[in-house]
Amino acid sequence: MTKLFSIRRWMQLFGDFDQFLAGMRTTLIVALLGLLIALALGILFGVLSSVKIKILPWIARIYVEFFQNTPLVVQVFFYSFGLPFIGVRIPDLMVGILGVGLYHGAYIAEVVRSGIEAVPKGQVEAAESQGFGHIQVMGYIVLPQTLKITLPPLTNQAMNLVKNTSVLAMIAGMDIMYYAKSWAGNNGFFYQGYLSAGLLYFILCFPLTKLTAWLEQKAKQVPSQKKINNGMEADV
Amino acid sequence: MIKIENLNKYFGNLHVLKDIDLHVKSGEKLVIIGPSGSGKSTLIRCMNYLEEPSSGTVYVDNQELTRKNKTQMAKSTSAMVFQQFNLYPHMTVLKNLTLAPVKLQKIPADKAKEIAMEYLIRVGLADKAEEYPHTLSGGQQQRVAIARALTTRQKIILFDEPTSALDPEMVQEVLDVMIGLSKENITMVCVTHEMGFARQVADRVIFMDEGKIIETGTPEHFFKNPENERTKIFLSKILH
Repeated sequence: MTKLFSIRRWMQLFGDFDQFLAGMRTTLIVALLGLLIALALGILFGVLSSVKIKILPWIARIYVEFFQNTPLVVQVFFYSFGLPFIGVRIPDLMVGILGVGLYHGAYIAEVVRSGIEAVPKGQVEAAESQGFGHIQVMGYIVLPQTLKITLPPLTNQAMNLVKNTSVLAMIAGMDIMYYAKSWAGNNGFFYQGYLSAGLLYFILCFPLTKLTAWLEQKAKQVPSQKKINNGMEADV
Repeated sequence: MIKIENLNKYFGNLHVLKDIDLHVKSGEKLVIIGPSGSGKSTLIRCMNYLEEPSSGTVYVDNQELTRKNKTQMAKSTSAMVFQQFNLYPHMTVLKNLTLAPVKLQKIPADKAKEIAMEYLIRVGLADKAEEYPHTLSGGQQQRVAIARALTTRQKIILFDEPTSALDPEMVQEVLDVMIGLSKENITMVCVTHEMGFARQVADRVIFMDEGKIIETGTPEHFFKNPENERTKIFLSKILH
């Protein structure tokens, strides 16, 4: 316990804190760009899952199953150490962005798919009976409602994505965890190093957790479609 | 206006429509009755291709209805009112009514709004224009749904059990709107159990059972001397 509370060690940490901040900067860049890729892929494959042309949901299925059922570490190692064998070299930062982007894209695709399926079939039929084509039905009727339903699980995915960027440390990706590991190793100050890393991730993730909870609360306040479907008078 | 020839529909192994032939004339008010599972909803849903026929042909306005032209045909010939109303919950009542005219028929927004208000006045809900559907009662929602079907000014309106999901005290307000509508030259096909309504507006009633049209006649025929045994049993259950 004396090691944990050693003032000398903590002073050393504060002295070297710029390293941790540099790591935080990398983590933030990877998380933000990774999230953009994940959202783009997730929406694309989520929509493809619900298309009637059989081959497209199939392609989406393969993507989702492949990336959900292999560990992120294995995927990232493959980009970093596997691809150079076939002549593809990706900078470490890009490996991180692509890694979490592709991985969480698969999860977001599932969130989007279930959000689309949660919109009652009758509304799609109503729109079709008015003469709207598939893309218009998606754009005007289904997706605007999907967005509301999927916001809480999407924020949750964003938080997991932030935490998963720590996989970068294993390929020397200059992120929070990488600097924590190297600083702790060099000085032998493991308590100080990893506690600080944990705190930095917490600072990034806690607001997202709170946002998820808030969005869930808000989603509950919207009267459910079920009431309408029963033909009962719906409460406001 | 609607001509159906040799229509068959299977759901897996279930044969729901068996060799249906039916001709609905322009401006005719046709009521379809029958026990649940008789195929009446499937039949009306084949008229705008919400269900794809397994075999046979459906002609609407002298054109064969196909998978390719179903969207175009829905845009230009028919509208539908559903049992569950199926209003778009994320849009106001007014937006529900103007979406198709503006986006599909390319009517200018202010003109579409004017038309929509006209129909909302007609169904007695002009004051609800800016409300969201979930704030309305079931009967009000269905009246909005009817107004929505009217704003695109189609030749045909299909009603699939429009009052079956309503609380009893709300049925009449919806029927009144439909009765008012029947005075116009619109072709109406209506799946319903409301025989009082049928008596008032129908030119012809067909009775379906087990995927077939078993009896056809005027509403009076069904009230006074139904011939088929199954028709009699069914009517004795729904007429009080």
